[in-house]
Amino acid sequence: MIEFHQVHKTYRVAGKRAGREIPALQPTDLRIESGQIFGLIGHSGAGKSTLLRLINRLEEPSGGRILVDGEDVTALDANGLRQFRQRVGMIFQHFNLLASKTVADNVALPLKLAGVRSRAEIDARVAELLARVGLGDHAKKYPAQLSGGQKQRVGIARALATGPTILLCDEATSALDPQTTASVLQLLAQINRELRLTIVLITHEMDVIRRVCDRVAVMDAGEIVEQGAVADVFLHPQHPTTRRFVLEAEQVDEDERRDDFAQVPGRILRLTFHGESTYAPLLGKVARDTGVDYSILAGRIDRIRETPYGQLTLSLVGGDIDAALAQFRAADVHLEVLR
Amino acid sequence: METLATLFVNVDWYEIWQATLDTLLMLGGSLLFTVLLGLPLGVLLFLSGPRQLFDNRPLYALLSLVVNVLRSLPFIILLIVMIPFTVLLAGTSLGVAGAIPPLVVGATPFFARLVETALREVDRGIIEATQAMGATTRQIILDALLPEARPGIFAAITVTAITLVSYTAMAGVVGAGGLGDLAIRFGYQRFQTDVMVVTVILLLVLVQVLQSIGDRLVVHFSRK
Repeated sequence: MIEFHQVHKTYRVAGKRAGREIPALQPTDLRIESGQIFGLIGHSGAGKSTLLRLINRLEEPSGGRILVDGEDVTALDANGLRQFRQRVGMIFQHFNLLASKTVADNVALPLKLAGVRSRAEIDARVAELLARVGLGDHAKKYPAQLSGGQKQRVGIARALATGPTILLCDEATSALDPQTTASVLQLLAQINRELRLTIVLITHEMDVIRRVCDRVAVMDAGEIVEQGAVADVFLHPQHPTTRRFVLEAEQVDEDERRDDFAQVPGRILRLTFHGESTYAPLLGKVARDTGVDYSILAGRIDRIRETPYGQLTLSLVGGDIDAALAQFRAADVHLEVLR
Repeated sequence: METLATLFVNVDWYEIWQATLDTLLMLGGSLLFTVLLGLPLGVLLFLSGPRQLFDNRPLYALLSLVVNVLRSLPFIILLIVMIPFTVLLAGTSLGVAGAIPPLVVGATPFFARLVETALREVDRGIIEATQAMGATTRQIILDALLPEARPGIFAAITVTAITLVSYTAMAGVVGAGGLGDLAIRFGYQRFQTDVMVVTVILLLVLVQVLQSIGDRLVVHFSRK
């Protein structure tokens, strides 16, 4: 478990305007349960990268305490910090592999740094890690000979080398194309499942959160403005920043949508299905029972991690609209009346 | 052989051989010490630089000043200024042994700057990644920074070696011997154009060979 207690970070500006302080992270409380995939989403400069780097103290906090499994990370001395870092893997947007070393030697590096001497032990561990990320045949290659997705797999293998309990992902898929992103996310989910690893990832894409995360925190201007289970935050965003991210993921423009609806007659409502209810034949039943006619104005049916969800914007005309609304309210769906 | 002998009438081939050997010895010896001293100095310059691992403004300013002063001194002046120090260090200011201290002092600051530049070329992300693995500063330098900067460091050694070739030619002035000395004493002062041509060709070949060895090493270690 990772806990933040009133952790904050301020950068001191050097040079001409020396002494001026720029807050990167407002005093923050945060709790990340073990075994979770926790997503941090925010625009660049929102403080998510700072927050991530505070966990393994690549950034030193200006104040507050960070506990990992009950241990106060902020109190560690240099030696303790190095040992702690061996229990926290990290992968990066630009992979940060050593171009001068082969794939196998890149994965072996953390083991060597941790003081593993036995060549046989290192070789066996490297082979096992490369097999796990599906790069068993590429051990002798240099990073320059690999594709972006393969490089990130090497990065993941390297991050797992010392058997960490936490994996930090710094925009790990932002430099990859959509297909490769999907396969890397799949690998992360699999690792999370099989190794019971806590994963903290930062991204600016809601889609990444939707696909792999259990919980999400939305950051804006150095603050966490909203957090919760992904389904709740994704389907019922409260903060304007969150709403923008969700709309971005759905590739719709809010203004555009509102304009469209101006010409639509009747009541407009939004139904959100999640889990089992996604497949229940609710619409037809309500239409038959109450005599309303409906048309679907916008909609999306997809999955949040493994769970299906659907979100439909409908207009209702004719029949007994109040009875229809009552039936929707009674059903296992979330109803919002937009107009 | 007949035509060669008439063409290079003034050339004493034994002396040419001896001078070539002297040049190679001066080059080898001074390059060795330049790398031994310049590499740590370059690493220190890099580490103490702004926003680097040991960000230390006063130290960086001091090292920078020493390096800049030594670099701005023309080598021919340095040769002469260094004489008492050279005698102290090598026991003589003459010959190959007497040439090596000024050559090293002349080339080390230059080489150190090139090393600093080569290290700066290494992506900061590499340092961050090794820090995240729990590396000590020593491990970051030896296991990540230096291997990553290897192509740049070999390029720096090549440029330094070629600079040293031209420095050895000047060292002739203080009685160091070598091809440059031969060119000046016979080719220039005695108007023996054939000696000049032979020494120039030999120096040219030497520079070419050094450059192509250096280029190969750079390509080999680039892994691109």
